[in-house]
Amino acid sequence: MKLYCLSGHPTLPCNVLKFKSTTIMLDCGLDMTSTLNFLPLPLVQSPRLSNLPGWSLKDGNAFLDKELKECSGHVFVDSVPEFCLPETELIDLSTVDVILISNYHCMMALPYITEHTGFTGTVYATEPTVQIGRLLMEELVNFIERVPKAQSASLWKNKDIQRLLPSPLKDAVEVSTWRRCYTMQEVNSALSKIQLVGYSQKIELFGAVQVTPLSSGYALGSSNWIIQSHYEKVSYVSGSSLLTTHPQPMDQASLKNSDVLILTGLTQIPTANPDSMVGEFCSNLALTVRNGGNVLVPCYPSGVIYDLLECLYQYIDSAGLSSIPFYFISPVANSSLEFSQIFAEWLCHNKQTKVYLPEPPFPHAELIQTNKLKHYPSIHGDFSNDFRQPCVVFTGHPSLRFGDVVHFMELWGKSSLNTVIFTEPDFSYLEALAPYQPLAMKCIYCPIDTRLNFIQVSKLLKEVQPLHVVCPEQYTQPPPAQSHRMDLMVDCQPPAMSYRRAEVLALPFKRRYEKIEIMPELADSLVPMEIKPGISLATVSAVLHTKDNKHVLQPPPRPTQPTGGKKRKRASDDIPDCKVLKPLLSGSIPVDQFVQTLEKHGFSDIKVEDTAKGHIVLLQEAETLIQIEEDSTHIICDDDEVLRVRLRDLVLKFLQKF
Amino acid sequence: MDPECARLLPALCDVLADPRQPVADDTCLEKLLDWFKAVTEAGSSLLLLQDHPCLVELLFHVLKPQDLSSRILSFVLRLAGIFAAQENCFQYLQGDPSLFVASAAGQLLVRVLDLALCGPAEGHISLQAWDWPACARKIVCHLEDCLRSEATPRVTQALHVLTTAFGHCHGLWTQGLWVQLSPLVARLLEKDPVPAPHALVDLLLSVARSSMLSSDPGLWETAAQTLSRLSPTQAGPLAAGILKLQDCPQALRIQAFGVLLQPLAFVLEATAQAPGMPGLLEGAAGDLMAVDTLPPSKSACVGLLCSALAHLELLQPLPQRPSPWPQAPLLAAVVAILRLCNGSAAPNSEAGGRLCAMLGGCVRVQRAALDFLGVLSQGLGPQELVTQVFAILLEYLVSPDSSPTVLKKAFQATLCWLLSSAAPPGCCDLEPYAQLVLGELLSVLRKRLCSPCWEVRDSGLEFLTQMTRHQGGQAGFRQALLASEVPELTRQLLQDPESYVRASAVAAVGQLSSWGLLAAPSSPEHAATPQKTPLEELLLVLTTDSEGFPRRAVMRVFTEWLRDGYADVAEDPERFVARVLQAASGDLDWEVRVQGLELALAFLEQLLGPCGPSAVAPPGALAQALQALCRVQLFEFAFRSLFDCDRPVAQKSCDLLLFLRAKAIPSSNSQEAGDGPDVTSVEAALRRWQAGEQGQPLGELAPEAVLAVLRSMDLEALQDTLAESSDHVERSPQSLLQDMLATVGVLGDNEADCY
Repeated sequence: MKLYCLSGHPTLPCNVLKFKSTTIMLDCGLDMTSTLNFLPLPLVQSPRLSNLPGWSLKDGNAFLDKELKECSGHVFVDSVPEFCLPETELIDLSTVDVILISNYHCMMALPYITEHTGFTGTVYATEPTVQIGRLLMEELVNFIERVPKAQSASLWKNKDIQRLLPSPLKDAVEVSTWRRCYTMQEVNSALSKIQLVGYSQKIELFGAVQVTPLSSGYALGSSNWIIQSHYEKVSYVSGSSLLTTHPQPMDQASLKNSDVLILTGLTQIPTANPDSMVGEFCSNLALTVRNGGNVLVPCYPSGVIYDLLECLYQYIDSAGLSSIPFYFISPVANSSLEFSQIFAEWLCHNKQTKVYLPEPPFPHAELIQTNKLKHYPSIHGDFSNDFRQPCVVFTGHPSLRFGDVVHFMELWGKSSLNTVIFTEPDFSYLEALAPYQPLAMKCIYCPIDTRLNFIQVSKLLKEVQPLHVVCPEQYTQPPPAQSHRMDLMVDCQPPAMSYRRAEVLALPFKRRYEKIEIMPELADSLVPMEIKPGISLATVSAVLHTKDNKHVLQPPPRPTQPTGGKKRKRASDDIPDCKVLKPLLSGSIPVDQFVQTLEKHGFSDIKVEDTAKGHIVLLQEAETLIQIEEDSTHIICDDDEVLRVRLRDLVLKFLQKF
Repeated sequence: MDPECARLLPALCDVLADPRQPVADDTCLEKLLDWFKAVTEAGSSLLLLQDHPCLVELLFHVLKPQDLSSRILSFVLRLAGIFAAQENCFQYLQGDPSLFVASAAGQLLVRVLDLALCGPAEGHISLQAWDWPACARKIVCHLEDCLRSEATPRVTQALHVLTTAFGHCHGLWTQGLWVQLSPLVARLLEKDPVPAPHALVDLLLSVARSSMLSSDPGLWETAAQTLSRLSPTQAGPLAAGILKLQDCPQALRIQAFGVLLQPLAFVLEATAQAPGMPGLLEGAAGDLMAVDTLPPSKSACVGLLCSALAHLELLQPLPQRPSPWPQAPLLAAVVAILRLCNGSAAPNSEAGGRLCAMLGGCVRVQRAALDFLGVLSQGLGPQELVTQVFAILLEYLVSPDSSPTVLKKAFQATLCWLLSSAAPPGCCDLEPYAQLVLGELLSVLRKRLCSPCWEVRDSGLEFLTQMTRHQGGQAGFRQALLASEVPELTRQLLQDPESYVRASAVAAVGQLSSWGLLAAPSSPEHAATPQKTPLEELLLVLTTDSEGFPRRAVMRVFTEWLRDGYADVAEDPERFVARVLQAASGDLDWEVRVQGLELALAFLEQLLGPCGPSAVAPPGALAQALQALCRVQLFEFAFRSLFDCDRPVAQKSCDLLLFLRAKAIPSSNSQEAGDGPDVTSVEAALRRWQAGEQGQPLGELAPEAVLAVLRSMDLEALQDTLAESSDHVERSPQSLLQDMLATVGVLGDNEADCY
């Protein structure tokens, strides 16, 4: 059993598990932090961005000044943003049988895999995962395609040139494999390969293994996966949460008794408590708006935003903010808000019961009804007519490199009355802000990451007790900035195995059993013999039939009857035509008794020698040697067949036959 | 005992003795015991028993083995104790598994001992226990057996009995008992583990507090031994108890202090960045005690730290606290603990790392440490440490991860430190550093007042109120506050959805405007509508708020404003008082009405001079004052309140009218009732009010009529009636006996009911 690690990003995993005869890809997350090296794509022509000076080498050589621009001491690539794909060289991806998706954030690389590697398998995911994943991809494609960029920079990627660049460009990994965003056509084609599954549904893969998605409590439709055969069980834990937010709670019990537990997708901010962060978010929002400033919340169109809107729903009246407009701007805003209300069966119990009242499960329906929350596909069109300040704007993309958020950064960045509040933990907010410096706007960092923290992980591992834990190497040591915090790492016994990008891990357990079925008529013909209490043995002569990884023992074919003969069948004819089998022997030979028996039968001058493996009985007179070992007995005598048979029969007396 | 109770008693005794008729509720039995205690204290218990043979029967009845419930058993044992029964015949019951029975039996043993050894014969009682009366000797033997026993529960029992004996009895015989038993107690310390450590600590403290025994040097030896034998957690209460004693050997005090300091010393050691910082134990205990490791489990470690911090907190303000008090290392240790809790400490040592993991985010330790830190502000420290204190407090106040309760404590500790940093008295501005802190603090406060968590908004407002109360007059504070948005936010919180927050906002607005710190809002959109004055805003709260807390808070602010001569009030106090009283008199909340009377009293004092023996107001001033009081309709309010269905209101009103009468009518003059104006209509109205018909208005009242009514009313009698609690009928013993008989057998329904 092997694990091929195609992504080094702990929360955007992409691993391939070879288990029995199947090749299973676990998630295909797309690392978008690479886009932070690029200049933002402004929706409206930005003189500031277009006038940034080109970057030149220390020696004044300016041959890169078309590709690289400098802003407040940082250098950015002036080109269409590109993404860092999972490894494609480590394993032939056309051999992947299935891809299991655990949540909509972990499928963003899917089109790259399914459309460009010769992949012919099936993708499994839950319905909300697919629908919301589609929205995220659609938004991404839309953000990038609607700002066509004439130039595509590639010179800087040359290895010899990259060495000369300042950090972080210099240290960016595998830049040659970075790719532009996929197209909507590729998205549709990729999504058409997905087969929908429900929680706890058992899916057979070629009869060899069974995979089952379990609720993971992190997002709508988010799952962990069980991959098991008859005798082995691998659990794949991706983004999971034990907090009470909107999704169905995490199913922990089904993870018990795993041989291997692959642990990914823990919280990226282990020291920040989501509840405190929501409080911080609300306080800062209220403070800004009360002072007449605007609040910008860069966010994804689904996920935490539902919880934020719910908190704000309870908070705005008490904070006297009822008259402040909330805008949600995304090409998929409408679908996202509506989808959330229809996936009732995927929601937490509280929200499910609302559906039966009937009431919308999320209160943002009421915010929309009362006109407190308005949503628009983009800043163009209706929005520009309705736009009123001060206001709160939720919009993407959290990287601040594309999407409507770029416009608001340019618009509001100059005033210290305004605030940008970062809630998504995926991007370093300082790096995200770098191309907007100098910035007068206030910046607040309230990352809300509801995924498991290390305390919860250690409780979980105690509860489900896997034999082995495998996790990204980042989880096996404290974060570099807090090296003394030994509590901020996975702590289990035996210590977790760690992996990093482009590594192949041999998982530490061997398969020892295989299940084989016996046909009833064959089973009928067996004659078991009890060799010790509770254990019976029988010899089986059969044909092993293997198809679709299922093994069946069938009765051996009968010998073909000689045609034409009308002889009556005799009982002996039924016996299959195979060699008469010698009986199987079991038991051990007690040397003392054996010697006594030999003496009784007239042998004298017997000598016993102990060897490493057993004993040697020497019949000196007969010049014969009997070598008794645990699993074999040899009688060595010179050409005296009669003596050998006599001795053999004496040996056999001590053994059981069947 | 009154005849009615005597009549009921036999029936009750029958009920108590009958296991088939369970008594519904323990509290009845407790009340019954209280009553018997009162009865026996009032007269002879012997007579009582003679007059009521049913009681004796009950006592004997219980001796027969039967299925009596443990609560009846315990009741009868304690009753027997009260009657000071001569026989220790219930001794066998001492091991009863029921806690109540065991404790009652223990108490009984002590009473029997005391009875056998005290009284007139005391002079002849030998200090040697073998000369004691038979029953006393028997008890002592029993206790000795228990102390020698291997069974911890028996040891615990004996220790409990001894604790009670030394705690409650002060006869000479207690010395004899201690001499006899102390070797056995000391021997307990040789066992491993020491059995019943808590009970042992209780016993030693009880002995140490007893005036008869504390001179015994053996005691201090045992105590010292106990301190070193018990684990730090177990020894903590003993150490704290020893340090609170007025006099005990200095060496023991040092050792005890060392026990309390040990956990903090460990923290200091584990987190020390560089050597050089004086350790905690160096000054206090030298190298008597090595810095030991903390308990391995998180909960034990947290418990130990919390109790050490709590003990030290109680010790700090005591005059007999250890001296020299290691203020600086203590401060350093508390700061280190707080840093470990919020994850900002980066210790190098392995022990430090372990502490980090154990204390990270631990709310209990944070609260205990912040409490202690607040207390430590009473003694200052080196500037560098004070800087660290403010820094960590700010970290806690800023951190979104601080839980609301921790935040409240952090605010309180910050207030303590800011106030203690006010430069030398007289000059009263903050130290430059504290001034800097204040700036940051106000920006934190600004954010906290917007918190979605109401507890946080509430504690923010409380902090602001306190801070303003103490610093409202200081230029530095005023400047910083006025430059922040805090006053405006505070004003907005008058509309908070949570009533507690509105109440705190009322108090804060009251304080701020007392000091003239509530500037008119500057934002242009409000400029069009004229801004309400704080007085008008609070009046609005008083008349419209649906919850009691904010309205009560308004009344407190108003009373304070009236007393302190707040400008808006002082302009026209009569109008102010009239408006407030009108609102308060119709309020449904009795506390608001009481506060209304308090305000009326303040007004009276302003007109007639303060309360006191110093006689009657001069006639001219009196007439004027009475006119004013009539104009603000104070009398209507006061008379109405006199018959208020809530007793505290009526009492307060009674006090107010008595005060007024003392001021207005010379005592010699009180008989001149005849020649006053006709007050029959007023009196008729009052009678109707008394009967509950409150609708009737009093109409115009002339000062003379008021005086006449005051003369004619028997306010003293009314005061006496009101002083009797409203349930004085229900609380009579007769009622208790009736109730118990009535509810006999009705078990189950109110078993879960807690009184």
